[in-house]
Amino acid sequence: MLRIPCPWCGERDYNEFRYGGDADKVRPPFGKPAVEGADLKAWHDQVFVFDNPKGPHKEYWQHVQGCRHWLVLERNTATNQVLQAWPAREFALARVKP
Amino acid sequence: MKGFKRLPSGGRIDRAKAISFTLDGKAKQGFAGDTLASALLAGGGGVVGRSFKYHRPRGVMTAGPEEPNALFTLGSGATQEPNIPGTQAELLEGLAARTQNGWPSVGFDVMAINQRFAKLLTAGFYYKTFMGPRKRSWMLYEPFIRKAAGLGEASADPDPARYDTRRAFTEVLVVGSGPAGLAAALAAARAGARVILAEQDSDLGGSLLSEPVGSAGDAWRATAIAELAALPQVTLMTRTTVQGLYDGNTLGLLERRDHLSPDPAKGQARQVFTTLTAQRIVFATGAIERPLVFADNDRPGVMLASSALAYLQRYAVAPSGPALVVTNNDSAYRTAHAFKAAGLQVVVADTRATVDAALTAGLEVETAARLVGVSGAHGVTAARLARADGSFLRALPSTLVAVSGGWSPAVHLTSHTGIKPRWDAATACFLPGGFAATHAACGAVMGQFALGQAIAAGFTAGRDAAAALGHAGNSGALAAPDIQSFGAAGEPLWRMPNPRHRKAFLDFQNDVSDKDVAQAFDEGYRSVEHLKRYTTLGMGTDQGKTSNINALAIMAGLRDVTIPEAGTTTFRPPYTPTAIGALAGRAVGKHFRPIRRSPLHQWQEANGGVFIEAGPWLRCWYYTWAGDSAASAYIKEMELVRRNVGVSDVSYLGKIDVQGPDAPEFLNRVYVNGFAKLPVGKARYGVMLNDDAVALDDGTTTRLSENRFFMTTTTAQAGEVMSWLEFLLETAWPELRVQVTSITDAWGGMAVSGPNARKALELTFPGRDLSSAALPYMGVLEFAVEGVPIRLIRLSFSGELAYEVYTPADYTQDLWEHLLAAAAPLGIKPYGLEALASLRIEKGHVAGLDLDHRNTLDDIGLGKMAGKEKDYIGRAMRFRPKLQAPERWSLVGLELLDAGQKLRGGSILFPQGAELKGHGHGWITSVTWSIELNKYIALALYDGGLKHAGEEIVCAYPLLNETVRAKVVSPHFIDQEGKRLHV
Amino acid sequence: MTRYNAFALLSHALTGKKWPLAWRSPAPKASYDIVIVGGGGHGLATAHYLAKNHGITNVAVIEKSYIGSGNVGRNTTLVRSNYQMPGNTEFFEHSLKLWEGLSHDLNYNVMLSQRGQIVLAHGPVQLDVLARKGNTMRLNGIDAELLDRGQVQKLIPYCGFSPESRWPIYGALLQRRAGTARHDAVAWGYARSASEAGIDIIENCEVTGFVRDGDAVIGVETTRGRILAARTGIAVAGHSSQVAALAGLKLPVESHILQAFVSEPIKPLVDHVISFGAELFYISQSDKGGLVFGGHIDGFNTYTQRGQLPKVQTVMECLVALIPAAARLRLLRHWGGIQDMTPDGSPFICATPLPNLYLNGGWCYQGFKATPASGTTYARLLATGQDHPLAAHFQLDRTMRGDGLDEYGLGNWTWKQ
Repeated sequence: MLRIPCPWCGERDYNEFRYGGDADKVRPPFGKPAVEGADLKAWHDQVFVFDNPKGPHKEYWQHVQGCRHWLVLERNTATNQVLQAWPAREFALARVKP
Repeated sequence: MKGFKRLPSGGRIDRAKAISFTLDGKAKQGFAGDTLASALLAGGGGVVGRSFKYHRPRGVMTAGPEEPNALFTLGSGATQEPNIPGTQAELLEGLAARTQNGWPSVGFDVMAINQRFAKLLTAGFYYKTFMGPRKRSWMLYEPFIRKAAGLGEASADPDPARYDTRRAFTEVLVVGSGPAGLAAALAAARAGARVILAEQDSDLGGSLLSEPVGSAGDAWRATAIAELAALPQVTLMTRTTVQGLYDGNTLGLLERRDHLSPDPAKGQARQVFTTLTAQRIVFATGAIERPLVFADNDRPGVMLASSALAYLQRYAVAPSGPALVVTNNDSAYRTAHAFKAAGLQVVVADTRATVDAALTAGLEVETAARLVGVSGAHGVTAARLARADGSFLRALPSTLVAVSGGWSPAVHLTSHTGIKPRWDAATACFLPGGFAATHAACGAVMGQFALGQAIAAGFTAGRDAAAALGHAGNSGALAAPDIQSFGAAGEPLWRMPNPRHRKAFLDFQNDVSDKDVAQAFDEGYRSVEHLKRYTTLGMGTDQGKTSNINALAIMAGLRDVTIPEAGTTTFRPPYTPTAIGALAGRAVGKHFRPIRRSPLHQWQEANGGVFIEAGPWLRCWYYTWAGDSAASAYIKEMELVRRNVGVSDVSYLGKIDVQGPDAPEFLNRVYVNGFAKLPVGKARYGVMLNDDAVALDDGTTTRLSENRFFMTTTTAQAGEVMSWLEFLLETAWPELRVQVTSITDAWGGMAVSGPNARKALELTFPGRDLSSAALPYMGVLEFAVEGVPIRLIRLSFSGELAYEVYTPADYTQDLWEHLLAAAAPLGIKPYGLEALASLRIEKGHVAGLDLDHRNTLDDIGLGKMAGKEKDYIGRAMRFRPKLQAPERWSLVGLELLDAGQKLRGGSILFPQGAELKGHGHGWITSVTWSIELNKYIALALYDGGLKHAGEEIVCAYPLLNETVRAKVVSPHFIDQEGKRLHV
Repeated sequence: MTRYNAFALLSHALTGKKWPLAWRSPAPKASYDIVIVGGGGHGLATAHYLAKNHGITNVAVIEKSYIGSGNVGRNTTLVRSNYQMPGNTEFFEHSLKLWEGLSHDLNYNVMLSQRGQIVLAHGPVQLDVLARKGNTMRLNGIDAELLDRGQVQKLIPYCGFSPESRWPIYGALLQRRAGTARHDAVAWGYARSASEAGIDIIENCEVTGFVRDGDAVIGVETTRGRILAARTGIAVAGHSSQVAALAGLKLPVESHILQAFVSEPIKPLVDHVISFGAELFYISQSDKGGLVFGGHIDGFNTYTQRGQLPKVQTVMECLVALIPAAARLRLLRHWGGIQDMTPDGSPFICATPLPNLYLNGGWCYQGFKATPASGTTYARLLATGQDHPLAAHFQLDRTMRGDGLDEYGLGNWTWKQ
């Protein structure tokens, strides 16, 4: 049983959460480009292409059956060892305000 | 002669409590404390089963869950339970057991003829034949093979028993209650830790249960148990098998309670499955004795030496004649000495040339001996010993041949999380290959076979586990009992000479012999996994507990590699077979998944509502006032809405409260169409896309105030949309000041639809101005009635003048009843899901299969809705070339041209004259009878969409050999100008 | 080659003659025309068809462990061709046709058991979805039958037909030609045939890198040395991203675990393949007697071949919901396999951006049933450099073109596929 340390609720069973994919991927900036299609490749890679590493992986999880917050979990995909968790919002804010 | 008998005294059985049971319908007796196996042995033993392939007669071989042979079907009818090892079945009053795999009986089994064809039925024979003469020939052979295979028979009736699941936590879990486990539990508990001690047996003590009652070893056990039982922080769980170790220090524990005669009617569970997370785990799982590989080693009367000891000491069951103990290690001397002490005739044959005199003292021992055969197909009568070179040594009359080929530590649990066991040459055992920081192991599982060694290691492991958790209590000391300890030092001998080339079995249950291993080697199935899969070795109900190591050692020998180079197969949960019902717990029947109900459910139930399962919801499908089936009722309900007024429950819709200064901007990004400038008091229909431009959901969002919106979603996607909004706010746009709250369950709603809808609401809310001036199309009014908040939104799903009225769930039924009563003079009635869905088809609103997660905004004909100047989720991906191709499918309406026929959902569409072949040009997503057009109509996705408007097409439904003609039309079948909405 | 048949069995039984190796274990040569990375079902099938259909035998199949150690030996053995998306329908039907002749083709009994698959619907809308699929199948010459509740009950009366069931059984789509096959035998049968044709099957040989000449791939570095090849084909589904990364490629793939389960062996009870409609769950009974079943992926990416306990329980709940009598049966073993999950649930059989490097992967749930067609089409691609028309849809750039093949309509969420 994967146990996820929710930054708000503490360690809980993974099935209280829903997985949300690779958190290292950065969404292309919001806003329509001057030329439609200019951001096609960037969005395509964001939506469809994955690093899929065998090893440490930062990923989104939502505590759907708890506080409903999204969090970023670092986990080793080769062992399922849980390494660290952060509020997803903190991660996102760091990206918004470098 | 019967091979076994009950001794007049001794054992842990309760002779005052006789237990009656039946075997194949014949009445038998045993005592409380017996297992089915011990009771049958007490009655003489002999043949209790037939093997899987050759139908060889088999007897009881072990005294534990590793039993490969003595499998029974317990009970009958709905509670019939096949393949239960008699060694694990506690003898309970009235137990009805049946033998398996023998017909007419296991004593005389006609399928034993398979033994004659043994040379044909070698490993993997079925891969080499049954292929001809025709392609499908296997289908002719398969039923016979299937019938011959399988073990016991399952019931086809629902299991009436109840099962429970639990979630639990502890500081220290000790697995196994042998001497090491007891010591570990004591040390940890004395230090102050919360401890669970789990034991699969009905009694605690492990190997100490094979010490005579009242002996020093037994006293030590009793003292330890008494101390543990008195400690409040200790939970002792017997009949509880730790079935698996999973990530996060979590384990699955199965507790059996059949001995309590649980009554399902009283809610008593037959088995309880516990998901346990332990901060520290001490594995004291012991070891399983290995059989010896020799000619006819499967004969009834051949038994593991430690099991023979357990039958003697625990169940007072002994061979009725002389016993022969054959061993390659020290542990079997414990059995031999106990037999001698019990006054039984016993000879020891040791494969080693020299044996410590302390072991052999007082025993008749043949050293450097080999066991080359036994006589007696249905029960051993004699054994033949030889020298290593095969030369005859002596023949011994024996009714029991107790064998020990060494020990295999029970490394199953420690291997479940991917740690491969490591070979230890000193003990000739696979030991746990490593541990997580929070795990430890002690006793036989670590190769610590000597009693003092196991207790000391257990004590240390328990104390350390408690200390690591910060428990500083004094564990004191624990002395081992003063009894002779034998250990298990030995020299492996993987095979006995077999000059007559008789069958020598490795996997008894699956009839895998050493010859099968040799054949697998010859054919190149040499990796342990190939060996297993090719020969079925270790794939029986015992999962190779007694067979795997012997087989892989033999394969390593053939390959001329070391045993660790050959490696083991993967250990997988569960440790022993686990009732599927126990894992499912109470999530059965109607409780399989939670049922969601509207706040109007009870009213509907009492007032002719008929329900249908729609995802997790039970939705009101139709009302009996309109007819006695959905097919007839929905037409009347539609007529009510189109011609007068009806009211329908829309509480099922997802409802989200969106608040914050940036809420307009947020919605503007989420929806393809603009929301930034939606005026306060106005509603707007919106569509949201996923990042990949596929339509995620549609619904109406109303601006209640400057910073507050009321969003509705489809029923099916409510949860997805909520998570998606939360995702965007916390990961993509954390700078937006917006809060979203699901109020789906907190608010109920109803749609009032029809030309008389306004009148109905005026009667419901007298004195309130509901004119188009006060409440125009897509307008909202918020007010309170007797303090109950009401949100009245003028919007329409049906295409008629319509309103949605929302109120807190606690008041929804009151409002509903009030509305029905107030508007009764108009003839208002409720309508259900079927009519709701049909009305929207006539209007051309997409829903259900029209939005099947493959369709884009353009596909559903709403491409023009998207903002041209603004960005929105899914924009970039929307413009990928294939999604914009002119011949891409999009939404059309269809009208049936063939009177008397039907349109059907799932039909495949073709242009007129095209060959009806391939994937067609589209498909029908939704169908209804149109009361306005008086014909069947449908929504469909058709290649090129409305470019084909007016064309006649063919709808193919080959599953019913049906084709009908239809005309492509606008999906908006009624009131295309929207006049009815604006009256 | 020693032909396998009843007479050979009899003659070996009477004479005690040893059977020959099913496949040779040669040392790798310095170079081959084609190197296939991955000795699973697809890699071995590709080897067989390279020899059989194209006469190319200077080929090596390189396997890091023992052949068949991946998903071909871990799946729930289902074979079917009930697909509705253009591209999928034809491909999987081609596969089923090859399955139907496979035992004869390989002279190895893969025990194809066309016992029929019953896909249940629990409401009228679900039945419409199945009808669309069934109609498409029929229009493509594939057998399909739509059953009502009564017809389903006649076939599988032991299923949850009582009013106590959470979701009623409303009807079903039946494909009689669907069924099961003996999974390991498929790997072994292909290996034996390919080896007999002269193809080298090299076990315990892990690829550690690609040999490059500029962009082009001209061979592989392995734990047993460098092996050059004119063309190199990856067929390592479950680990496609890992191997592709050795060539610097990123794929539209996430690796997820799918668990599988087997009960103790019992006498015949379940005579069909049954797919539950309320949740993803499917079951059949093996010839050996065990109920073999599975459900959904665990739902997060992992390379650990072991599953999570709550998912085990979820699957058992589905089993009891479908077959209430199964509660008292016992689970014997559960295990996991790693699969390539793609954003649209469909695979790749295609060239890569690197010259001479080809990809076969992204099989999601459907690798086993696809094995023969994957082999024929990939063999054609590796032999000629040209896409096989039946696999032409399975391109890496289809997501870029908006030409996804979302058979199940689950969007771009790999973990929901």
